[in-house]
Amino acid sequence: MNLDFSWMAWTWPTAAFFSVIALLLLGMGIWEYASPGGNPRIGVLRFETTRGDRLFVSLLGSAFIHLAWLGLVGPSLWWALALSVVYAIGVFRYV
Amino acid sequence: MDKTWNNKAWFLVLPVLVLVAFTAVIPLMTVVNYSVQDTFGNNVFFWAGTEWFEELLSSSRFWEAMVRNLVFSFIILAIEVPLGIFIALNMPKKGWGVPVCLVLMSLPLLIPWNVVGTIWQVFGRNDIGLLGYYVNALGIDYNYVQDPFDAWVTIIVMDVWHWTSLVVLLCYAGLVSIPDAFYQAAKIDGASRWAVFRYIQLPKMQRVLLIAVLLRFMDSFMIYTEPFVVTGGGPGNSTTFLSIDLVKTALGQFDLGPAAAMSLVYFLIILLLSWVFYTVMTNYDAER
Repeated sequence: MNLDFSWMAWTWPTAAFFSVIALLLLGMGIWEYASPGGNPRIGVLRFETTRGDRLFVSLLGSAFIHLAWLGLVGPSLWWALALSVVYAIGVFRYV
Repeated sequence: MDKTWNNKAWFLVLPVLVLVAFTAVIPLMTVVNYSVQDTFGNNVFFWAGTEWFEELLSSSRFWEAMVRNLVFSFIILAIEVPLGIFIALNMPKKGWGVPVCLVLMSLPLLIPWNVVGTIWQVFGRNDIGLLGYYVNALGIDYNYVQDPFDAWVTIIVMDVWHWTSLVVLLCYAGLVSIPDAFYQAAKIDGASRWAVFRYIQLPKMQRVLLIAVLLRFMDSFMIYTEPFVVTGGGPGNSTTFLSIDLVKTALGQFDLGPAAAMSLVYFLIILLLSWVFYTVMTNYDAER
């Protein structure tokens, strides 16, 4: 069977992007296996979040940080990426 | 008693994962791929980077459609939720009137969206439509094809007609679940009608109201078929909502790159709002 995915119009940057997402999910799976329960806690948002929630908030927030950077600053997204990493660390630490 | 954990049960959700992969994940990946490229057809693509996103974020057309969408959703909620509560409060709770009212309330929900659009397109016409003809006969200049205000009124009234029933049915379900003991206690205390509503009925309806608001917001924010059938997004662009703009860009102009970028931004906004609503709902449950 010859699977042809050329219609999906893959590029190296988008493949790398999805690989990172897949690796993050795999990492979260391994983390959950090593430490089951999702580590629920109540952080600055005043409601209970698990590790999965914190990853979701980090990824969603990062998407908006990148969009805001594109709209307000310019097309170079490296600083937006750095800001997103700082934001994600903050979410995992305090949310 | 200790719980039995069996991770093999995860294999039972495998069919759903495969289904979601084919219906949602792979198409979404393709949209992401399209959003950073340009094509002139024939499956040939050219790298465009973040160009479509930059263009979209500086496009007044996009932001105007977004504002229209938000205004529309706000108006819809401001009308449908109070009206739905009012109707539910006044519906009979016992006797033959209950099934009659429930069937009547369910009828608009059973009509497909494009049929609703066609009904109101004809209904509002000032030459052959019952509504349009008689409104004009009253001396009010009403023409939804030419006047943006009339087009908005038509679409809002149509949505209210179509979807208020959903709010009514949800609120009614909340109201009939209140035990009689609450009303008896209120009567003994000499509570007014307003006090009964404020301190008994409204708190008991809070959860279903939250669901109603969530459903109506999401649905009105993604509205496409009814306004497309009635006004086609016009007059001008006055009723062009995000979904209509998206279809025009993707299928009308065949601009797959810009349309994919717009889809992603639209998707992220809906994802954010869904998460906010979901969080509010689940935390409300936890507090209770």
